[in-house]
Amino acid sequence: MQYAILVYETPSELAAREDPTRVGGYWAAYTAYSQALGQAGVAAGGAGLQAPSVATTLRVRGGQRQVQDGPFADTKELLGGLFIIDVPDLDAALEWASRCPSAATGSVEVRPVLPPPPGV
Amino acid sequence: MSTNAIRAVEDAARSSYGRLLALLVSRSRDVAAAEDALGDAFLNALTHWPRDGVPSNPDAWLVAAAQRRLIDGDRRAAVRTRVEPDLTYAASLMHEAGEGNALPDRRLGLMLACAHPAIDATIRTPLMLQVVLGLDATLIAGAFLTAPTAMAQRLVRAKQKIRDAGIPFDVPSADELPARLDAVLEAIYAAFGTGWDAVDGSDPARADLTAEALFLGRLVVELLPPAASAEARGLLALMLYCVARASARRGPAGEYVPLSAHDVSRWNHQQLGEAESLLQSAAQLQNPGRFQLEAAIQSAHLGAALGRPASPLVIVALYDALLAFAPTVGVLVNRAAAIAVASGAAAGLAAADAIPATVVAEYQPWWALRAHLLSELARDDEARQARARAAGLTQDPAIRAFLLRDER
Repeated sequence: MQYAILVYETPSELAAREDPTRVGGYWAAYTAYSQALGQAGVAAGGAGLQAPSVATTLRVRGGQRQVQDGPFADTKELLGGLFIIDVPDLDAALEWASRCPSAATGSVEVRPVLPPPPGV
Repeated sequence: MSTNAIRAVEDAARSSYGRLLALLVSRSRDVAAAEDALGDAFLNALTHWPRDGVPSNPDAWLVAAAQRRLIDGDRRAAVRTRVEPDLTYAASLMHEAGEGNALPDRRLGLMLACAHPAIDATIRTPLMLQVVLGLDATLIAGAFLTAPTAMAQRLVRAKQKIRDAGIPFDVPSADELPARLDAVLEAIYAAFGTGWDAVDGSDPARADLTAEALFLGRLVVELLPPAASAEARGLLALMLYCVARASARRGPAGEYVPLSAHDVSRWNHQQLGEAESLLQSAAQLQNPGRFQLEAAIQSAHLGAALGRPASPLVIVALYDALLAFAPTVGVLVNRAAAIAVASGAAAGLAAADAIPATVVAEYQPWWALRAHLLSELARDDEARQARARAAGLTQDPAIRAFLLRDER
């Protein structure tokens, strides 16, 4: 099964990307995690995301496009990126999720990936 | 047929049903589809077996009935395509094993999936009762004082989560098993609590699931590797100590009878013996836990009534050990009561009053204990106030009457 590991980070954790004293350690942790996934043969995709401050949220209501600055929800933890892994079951996915750096500071949401729609 | 004989036949049907369902689900992960395929065959078994006797190979009977039902063709096609290969597989397994051999038992994995941390804790017990024992949602809803439609919806959602989130049906490795097993035991104890709290028909609308809880408790002990079964043995012993004295908890007119005044001849001594030997076999594994300690406390209390009293200090020590595993208000209050027996009412009252007031303000047993200790200390006005508070906090009319028996 494929699972998305959604990396939710606190604002302070995300700010490490811009902080010269912390940026090295920040990326080193995610690089190490990403390499561990690759070496275990479970990596199936994913991407880091730029800061929520550059997010744009769009809704179409009554045929009108509503575009808004910022992420969808104003929450304490923000989506910082995602990994897609291919493992046998939820226990294996939770095991990998527990090693994701944001598990210790923010949180990790694990969701099964939908199979492609029929005919694709 | 006697109630016990009917119960034995139902248990045989439930065993076969659970084994077969666990086998199908371990292949398809689709609990709802497997239930759909087996449901009619199971209902047939519950109707026919009490009349015709349990078949010589109950599992084979159930597989064949389920296969016939699928071939009948009035089932949804999706269920047939999903489940038919697995039923054929089950039939071939039994064919290979030969006459009289039961299916491989995967029910422990099924119970662990029902109590998986990714499943909401409040639905684990209902899920286990339905999936492992085949109880219907209406009966379960009655035991949990929930509307049947709401219970049915929550069960459907939990089964979808098992299927779609990919919750495994494996028994985890030895280092992970204890934590996962705790959730299974908690869920079984919660089923037991639904029957135990409603004393002898004080609420006749409420279904009593103590027998189902005992069935699940026995199953876990039977299926676990013996070395990992200490707490499961403790839980089964604890439940047996409780049911063994259930019929003595009420007098002829339905009045509340405290443990110290029980008619010991009304206790079930066979169940007590079984509880004692389970507790001893658990202790030999030297892996103590909450349920073993609670069972040991029961054993000590009942021993006094059976003429072999445990030292009151031993009971206090057991409560001290239990606090490390389960620091609950109930344990704190019972420990204070044990201290009162061991060291006198004043010491017991001091221990009771040391529990933070915010925790016990609406906790009925604390007020009942306080009332008892204050009256032993001849502080009659305070005792009367505490007794009134305890009576006001109970939901059980028999206990209220017991507390207010001397009031005019």
